[in-house]
Amino acid sequence: MSPRIGVITFPGTLDDVDAARAVSYSDAEPVSLWHADADLKGVDAVIVPGGFSYGDYLRCGAIARFAPVMGSVVEAARGGLPVLGICNGFQILCEAGLLPGALVRNEKLHFVCRDQWLRVENNTTAWSTRYDAGAEVLIPLKSGEGGYVADQATLDALEGEGRVVFRYVGGNPNGSRNDIAGICSADGRVVGLMPHPEHAIDALTGPSDDGLGVFYSALDALKPLATAG
Amino acid sequence: MLATYPGAVASPDVDSPVIDTTARAGQTPDLPQPYLELGLADDEYQRIRDILGRRPTEAELAMYSVMWSEHCSYKSSKRHLAYFGKTTTAEMKAKMLAGIGENAGVVDVGDGWAVTFKVESHNHPSYVEPYQGAATGVGGIVRDILAMGARPLAVADPLRFGPADAPDTRRVLPGVVAGIAGYGNCLGLPNIGGEVVFDESYAGNPLVNALCVGAMRKEDLHLAHASGTGNKIILFGARTGLDGIGGVSVLASDTFSGDETSGGRKKLPSVQVGDPFTEKVLIECCLELFDKRLVVGIQDLGGAGLSCATSELAAAGDGGMRVELDRVPLRASGMTPAEILSSESQERMCAVVAPSDVDEFMKVCAKWDVIATEIGEVTDGDHLVITWHGETVVDVPPRTVAHQGPVYDRPFARPAAQDAVQADTPDALPRPSTPDELRDTLLRLVSSPNLASKEWVTQQYDRYVRGNTVLAQPSDSGVIRIDESTGRGVAVATDCNSRFVYLDPYRGTQLALAEAYRNVATSGAMPLAVTNCLNFGSPKDPGVMWQFERAVHGLADGCAELGVPVTGGNVSFYNQTGDTAILPTPVVGVLGVLDDVRRRIPTGIGAEAGETLLLLGETRDEFGGSAWAHVIHGHLGGLPPEVDLARERLLAEILVAGSRDGMISAAHDLSDGGLAQALVEMALVGQCGARVLLDPDADPFVQLFSESAGRVLVAVPRTEELRFTEMCSARGLPWRKTGVVDPDANALDIQDVASFGLEELHTAWEGTLPALFES
Repeated sequence: MSPRIGVITFPGTLDDVDAARAVSYSDAEPVSLWHADADLKGVDAVIVPGGFSYGDYLRCGAIARFAPVMGSVVEAARGGLPVLGICNGFQILCEAGLLPGALVRNEKLHFVCRDQWLRVENNTTAWSTRYDAGAEVLIPLKSGEGGYVADQATLDALEGEGRVVFRYVGGNPNGSRNDIAGICSADGRVVGLMPHPEHAIDALTGPSDDGLGVFYSALDALKPLATAG
Repeated sequence: MLATYPGAVASPDVDSPVIDTTARAGQTPDLPQPYLELGLADDEYQRIRDILGRRPTEAELAMYSVMWSEHCSYKSSKRHLAYFGKTTTAEMKAKMLAGIGENAGVVDVGDGWAVTFKVESHNHPSYVEPYQGAATGVGGIVRDILAMGARPLAVADPLRFGPADAPDTRRVLPGVVAGIAGYGNCLGLPNIGGEVVFDESYAGNPLVNALCVGAMRKEDLHLAHASGTGNKIILFGARTGLDGIGGVSVLASDTFSGDETSGGRKKLPSVQVGDPFTEKVLIECCLELFDKRLVVGIQDLGGAGLSCATSELAAAGDGGMRVELDRVPLRASGMTPAEILSSESQERMCAVVAPSDVDEFMKVCAKWDVIATEIGEVTDGDHLVITWHGETVVDVPPRTVAHQGPVYDRPFARPAAQDAVQADTPDALPRPSTPDELRDTLLRLVSSPNLASKEWVTQQYDRYVRGNTVLAQPSDSGVIRIDESTGRGVAVATDCNSRFVYLDPYRGTQLALAEAYRNVATSGAMPLAVTNCLNFGSPKDPGVMWQFERAVHGLADGCAELGVPVTGGNVSFYNQTGDTAILPTPVVGVLGVLDDVRRRIPTGIGAEAGETLLLLGETRDEFGGSAWAHVIHGHLGGLPPEVDLARERLLAEILVAGSRDGMISAAHDLSDGGLAQALVEMALVGQCGARVLLDPDADPFVQLFSESAGRVLVAVPRTEELRFTEMCSARGLPWRKTGVVDPDANALDIQDVASFGLEELHTAWEGTLPALFES
């Protein structure tokens, strides 16, 4: 049986169909999860997709973190469930305390949609094993509040522990500290990134298919669980 | 008489205003009414009295005034728009599932799919408040598409601004772009195209047109009508507030300062405020309602709000309608019936639902946290009756409100100055001839605001969301996949060179049609249908009316010749400052179909090894209204290029055939800036060099910069060159081998003229807009 990967829909989520499509492309089964339902339906991993949950009112991700489904996600993530947060999903994971730091308004104050080169800095997380370390990939970035910030101690810790997973190359698009595009939890099971790998799964509709590696990586991460379970 | 608006009753106590019921109207026939302030003429007011047999109530007056406004009733344009119907042939009708008169036109694109698309203007609000004006323009057109039963798929925005370096453009443009981005991105619709054009005539009159395209299965088409006695009327979406009142009929500045006569209550700005999050949820809610077949009829609430929705639904049905206005959920206290009816609060829809489906309908709305309220029902009478706490405040025949507004036969006449404009040809303007002069001309044109890259604008729009965008700016058209299993998709392009339209409105509008049609075909799609947004000055100016009449005739005749129907459109008049109108700007949108979007033709060269550049079509010495005359000489005169629609049709057929057979690896239409501009863009988009050989026997200036219509530059793999050129020759399409793609060169080398490094071109093309607008 192929692995089942949950994709959460909040009111205002936009890229849930794209995340589900990317899961299908990697031969896993996408499972829709609803914000108001705490049931994770026994999925093997969870994607918190992009969009503007609750209109991004108050602050990006600040309301979504209180949704019933997020309580279950936080609990499961602490037990090792692979969780991927993309864009608004990254913001939600930061608000929920699964990842450190926060995302703030882009340096130039307007929304940026562009094809962005990233370097894979850590290829040992649940969502990056299919890449060679140091590989450069082309993935769309589309966000208005994508600047990653954290206090210096946190940044030092992230760098020191190798928890920066993706880094912008060829120009910092939003003012992120240390050109950070994506980070992971201490155990490498939870990853958040601002660019959208689900929009780079087919050269017909994206700039490349470089993003597929993120979703295939999750399959690798699930293998030990499957044999143990 | 102190009140300036029917809602603003001269009562010091706003909590218990005098309600102007039909009974009171009958008792006080001579009460003076502020119809002039509401934009109604004396004879129009008298007609309302004649229809009703009494004076209208305040609420009725509010309804008639907004519905009989130019924006809603098309009173100045209706007579001319009828020409579209007269010129629609059986061949054209066969492709249409719904046409003019519905919320948006619908065409059959094959495989059981129907596609709907429409452009609307939001010009005046966007000048007053650029961010919200543009944002709510997107919201409105998306609801129009939704009201047809379609899932909105993509948006695009044709924009016009004053001079790029004018201070007011620095106020308006960033706000408009941020508004489109803020609303559209949050809505989750990819922005796949549009235009950004600068011209002196748009200073003080920016044009913000918004296009949306949507798709549905043919059997799911929903038309707006209220049929079936006993069916319930349900208002759902956002609450109704004081924003946007009078937006359609009197966008008057005094509404900003508050009305001291209305008991001190401040009115909100007449530009509406958008909430894209509410709209996103409303879209998903509507689609689930459609999917569960819980809707008999549906209408969006846009201009004229509930006045429009209730009267249009009732007028299109077979009965009457009763509405209890006090049931409408409000977000302001003390609103009067007239205010509730005229409010243009955004993100609202009105549905007709069978009584047995109401519970299920409400459940779906609750799931999406959408407020839904039963406000009335379809009756077996023929009147629209609206009550307020049990008292009748509106009792009208709905067709008189929605469809039987005044029709004007406004005088039109060719302006006396038109002959002088056309006689002032660009022939005597000094032309570049030396290699240095040609080189300088090319760089000046490429970096001029109208020809420069629009990436500073388009990178603020999400073009990827939902994962079906196959082509977006700077491609010739936006291409969106509608069926993942088959690859079926549609292409959309909008165009209008208003300098051409100014020089000759009939031919200029046909050139706009030809360009949009050609752009769609250049992406590999077969053109199928046309929509438009006709932006003009005041209809009270006979010269403007002449431009309008000529433009409509040019477009309709052109569509008949091309065999593509006009499925809908929008008219925006009064785009002028004082006596000076904007350049006539009939924006034409063309929709085409691709059986398989994998066959789309991209713009950039260099995707395949060994490509030949072929110029299709004929180049003549045509510079009237050209970018060269405008940028280098500030000149606008003479006649626009000739238009040959039979040639455009042949060109489209060859492009589509070439894409189906995999013979074309890249293509770009020639328009503003001519061959030079097309070469630069194909090289920069593909990040690949080329060597170009001009015809040694012809003037290089004319070859590089003429704007003759009916031309496309294609790149064909060398292995396909013979097959492709033989097809062109056999079908009588002139072609000329113009060069070869050279991936190693990193330069655009126009032999015997000049060579340009790609980096140099990139700087010239990309640098202009950021330098002007980056804060």
